[in-house]
Amino acid sequence: MTALLLRGSALRGGRVLLRDLDLAVAAGQWTCLLGPSGVGKTTILRLCAGLADGVEWRGRLVTPGPGQVALMAQDDLLLPWLSARDNVALGARLRGVPPDLVQADRLLARVGLAGRAGHKPAALSGGERQRVALARTLMEDRPVILLDEPFSALDAGTRARMQDLAAELLAGRTVLMVTHDPAEAARLGEAIHVLTGAGTERIVPPAGPIPRAVEDPGLLRVQAALLARLREGVPCAA
Amino acid sequence: MRGVIGGVASAAMALALWAGLVRLFDLPRFILPGPEAVAAALWRDRLLLADHAATTLTEIGAGLVIGTLLGALLALVLALLPGLARGLHPVLIVSQTVPVFALAPILTLWLGYGMAAKIVMAVLIIFFPVSTGFLHGLRRTEPGWLALARVMGGSRWRILWHLRVPAALPDLAGGLRLAATYAPIGAVIGEWVGGSRGLGYLMLMANGRARTDLLFAALLVLVALTLALRAAADRLADRLTRHATGG
Repeated sequence: MTALLLRGSALRGGRVLLRDLDLAVAAGQWTCLLGPSGVGKTTILRLCAGLADGVEWRGRLVTPGPGQVALMAQDDLLLPWLSARDNVALGARLRGVPPDLVQADRLLARVGLAGRAGHKPAALSGGERQRVALARTLMEDRPVILLDEPFSALDAGTRARMQDLAAELLAGRTVLMVTHDPAEAARLGEAIHVLTGAGTERIVPPAGPIPRAVEDPGLLRVQAALLARLREGVPCAA
Repeated sequence: MRGVIGGVASAAMALALWAGLVRLFDLPRFILPGPEAVAAALWRDRLLLADHAATTLTEIGAGLVIGTLLGALLALVLALLPGLARGLHPVLIVSQTVPVFALAPILTLWLGYGMAAKIVMAVLIIFFPVSTGFLHGLRRTEPGWLALARVMGGSRWRILWHLRVPAALPDLAGGLRLAATYAPIGAVIGEWVGGSRGLGYLMLMANGRARTDLLFAALLVLVALTLALRAAADRLADRLTRHATGG
């Protein structure tokens, strides 16, 4: 079953933002969209999230309705004046329903932050803040999860742990993750698309369930192929 | 600590210069009284000064409360209705080119010699910095937060209340800082133009009776009042900024 379908081109004010896109995201799977910076990955996520104000779509566009999507970005987007717990429960407050703080604490415990629920973001490390953001995403309990390079600002060790945690906690949901890291796409993608200025291309992912082991030979082969694809896709100044 | 020592030292130097000038040129008391004469007036007329200072302080306080509430309210309305903000913007700019002090006689004509005219003066002066400061803050909420809030399905009102207002509190505090400095000027001008109470009236009266020492004493009280208000506004601003940044 297809949860998201973007087939066509996106324009803003007559200027083409995305050309000849063909991206189908299967329900219940983790799909990675790999591409260099500035190629329009974020526009795709904004289209899926219903945030693409002023963007005109020519072609077919199937996106989840309002209330179906949760978003997690590279920036943790935590409100500095709220505790971790209140940040996790922010969605309910914005919708005007009583927040379930017990569930917020439970989710914080699941991301390994039991006992830190009362801390403000400034008192947490970058990795911990991104864990809070993951708990907030889970708290929304939406079928479709959009991830916008959520781990790219973390150090390598923290990033690998966050990938494991996210793969475990988001299992069974429809995930569309935008990334510029071939290793991440090869590790987490059950479907992998490479986005270049010329359009999208499907790459066969490595075998095996996610999160895949980083030393897996199949993963390393796909990672190398993805990197090669990115290098030929981007005109290099040198 | 170093700041305090520096402040005391520069104040002492200013006092010495003042006293020196008065001695050197043998200035008569009604032109420029020496610091000791002003200090004597400050002590002798302390009840009179306190009485008039209480009036001025009440005017400033009422002006600050009303001006801040109105200014914050307008900023909230304009933040929710950007169309109205665009329409109203030129009016606001033009209204700010009118010198508020020039309005003082008219306000006295309309509202009489009582406190109301002075409070309205203070409100007019406070309103604009509070309103523009707060609106500026409300308009530059982190776009990522707004995107997240929209995906979460937040209503415009709740996004304003839970997200944009707390994030803009430091800007509101910045406006309050300015307001606290200017509010006393509004009240005093109002008292100059027409009135029978307040530090501005007392200065005018002292001047008419060649009680220059009392005039300076009243001026010192006004400066002290303004500094205290400013310090209170600074503390509030620091607290709001610490709150908004989670520090």
